Amino acid sequence: MFILKLILRNAFRHRLRALLTITGVAIAITAFGLLHTLVGLWYLGVERSSATRLVTRNAISLTFSLPISYYDRIRQLPGVKSVAYGNWFGGTYIDEKHFFANEAFELKSLLELYPEFVVLPEQRDALLRDRRGCLVGKKLADKYGWKIGDPITLKGTIFPGQWEFVLRAIYQGAEKSTEERVLFFHWDYLNETLKKTVPRRADQAGFYMIGINRPEQAAEVAGAVDALFSNSLAETRTETEKAFQLGFVAMTEAIMIAIQIVSYVVIVIIMVVAANTMAMTARERLGEYATMKVMGFKWHHIAGAVFGESLFIALLGGVTGVLLTFPAGQWIETELAQFFPAFVISRETILMQLTAAALVGIVAGLFPTWRGATIRIADGLRRIG
Amino acid sequence: MAIPISYSFRNLWTRRLTTALTATGMALVVFVFAATLMLAEGLQKTLVETGSPDNVIVIRSGSQSEVQSGVERLQASIVESRPEVALGAAGRPLLAKELVVLINLNKRGSNKPANVVIRGIGDNSLAIRPQVRLKEGRMPRPGSAEILAGESIARRFEGAGIGEHLRFAMRDWTVVGIFDAGTTGFSSEIWGDVDQLMQSFRRPVYSSVTFKLRDPAAFDTLKQQLESDPRLTVEAKRETRYYLDQSEAMARFLRILGLTLTIIFSLGAIIGAMITMYAAVANRVTEIGTLRALGFQRGSILAAFVLEALFLGLLGGIVGVFAASFMQLITISTMNWQSFAELAFSFSLTPGIVIKSLLFAIIMGLAGGILPAFRAARMNIVTALRAT
Repeated sequence: MFILKLILRNAFRHRLRALLTITGVAIAITAFGLLHTLVGLWYLGVERSSATRLVTRNAISLTFSLPISYYDRIRQLPGVKSVAYGNWFGGTYIDEKHFFANEAFELKSLLELYPEFVVLPEQRDALLRDRRGCLVGKKLADKYGWKIGDPITLKGTIFPGQWEFVLRAIYQGAEKSTEERVLFFHWDYLNETLKKTVPRRADQAGFYMIGINRPEQAAEVAGAVDALFSNSLAETRTETEKAFQLGFVAMTEAIMIAIQIVSYVVIVIIMVVAANTMAMTARERLGEYATMKVMGFKWHHIAGAVFGESLFIALLGGVTGVLLTFPAGQWIETELAQFFPAFVISRETILMQLTAAALVGIVAGLFPTWRGATIRIADGLRRIG
Repeated sequence: MAIPISYSFRNLWTRRLTTALTATGMALVVFVFAATLMLAEGLQKTLVETGSPDNVIVIRSGSQSEVQSGVERLQASIVESRPEVALGAAGRPLLAKELVVLINLNKRGSNKPANVVIRGIGDNSLAIRPQVRLKEGRMPRPGSAEILAGESIARRFEGAGIGEHLRFAMRDWTVVGIFDAGTTGFSSEIWGDVDQLMQSFRRPVYSSVTFKLRDPAAFDTLKQQLESDPRLTVEAKRETRYYLDQSEAMARFLRILGLTLTIIFSLGAIIGAMITMYAAVANRVTEIGTLRALGFQRGSILAAFVLEALFLGLLGGIVGVFAASFMQLITISTMNWQSFAELAFSFSLTPGIVIKSLLFAIIMGLAGGILPAFRAARMNIVTALRAT
């Protein structure tokens, strides 16, 4: 009990110093938590992919397409529930800085395949009736202030020309993490236009999305699709949506690893700052430690007091940091909504933050603890300043 | 004035552990700061050096990269017949009609797939790119299924080494040579005969036409004429500009990320410096009083402590930049979003980055030391001398 009181009193003896250290630890822990969440977001596409969806694309690479005649042949395979097909459109709105994903899709099957895209029934019907209609995620529509019936023009990059659409439906994500920043339009609109302008490129789908009945069938169906088209002019590669997304993530993995390393660097930085504080504190109090030893306190009392103080300060900073992470995440979510679908701080992140704070306290306390525990009484008393 | 200065330096030495710890904290921040700048710089350097200022690249208008572009044979021939195109040794235009596609290849070791650029080259592709030279093996024979691999592709991808085979577009291709393109983006490409590749990929159009200008100053009029020619649907860019555009988004991302991180991190380091400097002032109250009693002005005391903090920052900066300079040995390979293809680049340290980093470190030191220095300077002589 006495030692707890000693720790508390000692921790706030230099109020300014303690406050600065706690602030430093809090900032570092907040930054660490935000970075950890950011890395998690990178893998969000993988997490939200469904186990009952497969992606079929050209085996050469995504930039090559597949004949539309594959549609009927894939649909006939056992285990296949529904098939949708589409093309990455990659059009730009206003200019290149206003980037958002836009895809030509066979919309009826798309809505069946993605139950997480929630659309009002009357909007859905209007969308399917209008060949120039398009479907937009709520966040994207909010960003540009689009309302139902608004015309939207995209400039084609892969498919040249100005493409005009009419906003017919807005979807909302069933879950918080659902991607709401995509524009989908009718594949038929793309195809009919291409037939007139570049017939060579018409009747080609960039990819097929296959819905299967049960997740266990994934490998079997994927194998069947690829076998069906092996040795043809356009061989396919079929994988689960998860594997497909992982492939994307893996391509930019180097950057994510760098961010992860950096997020540990911030912990090391604050460790150094905290270690400095504790070292200074211990040096100033060496005389007191000697006095305590004279009064009969054993080495472990002093060690406990010093170590406890270090841990206490670090954890106080850690808890403050965790508490700060939530408003910071909230701010990022509202201010940078176009970059991040949802900035949710997970329980795992919080746990890692607290562990990091404890680690900072332990490492910072090691040297001063040893110094305090092993000081010889005569040396300590002789010390000035 | 000399005494307070030497007093500051000797004090840093006396409290070695504290000095070292504070400087280490700053060094780490400077390291992160310098490393992110170096990464963005390296990326941009790689892509900018890929282009030559005398070369012009022609792609379909509206397309942002060669991969998205398509130039019909007829249109390519119209560009070829322009008088602005420089002529080579045999009187043939120094112009290359090229095909650029992406294929999936697996990396050595991890077997993870990545998008790799395959470039179908013509007779003059090498002539207009002096930075590319054959390093090992020989050139592919025209009309055969032979390919050249860029150095960083040969090293990192399964089946891309010399004498090995790659299978794509329903054919087996033999790697007969490795080319060295220095730190340019070409090192991350595979080159083969353009006609063979167009056949195999069943893509009857070129992706781009690149040529050397007879007179580099003629670019603007040429660009205007090409883009207003009703027979053409193309846009012309200087090759340097084209590759700069390719790196813009990624470099900006790296810079913004780096800046945000270092600002947050520097708060931590500034707090560290502040703690150290406040303690330095608190421990030396009597000494400050003595100095004042000896006749040193408030300004001198202020200068001494500010100088101490600045020196602390500079020390951290030097250590940080020194550590960051070793990052130049590391090569990063990742997908460039704009071209959608794998690109290898290294950290690159420039004098500008060194200066920026040191300046940053000094500012951190100043921010941490200024308040404690004022506290020291404002002290009353009598109370300071009386303190124990």
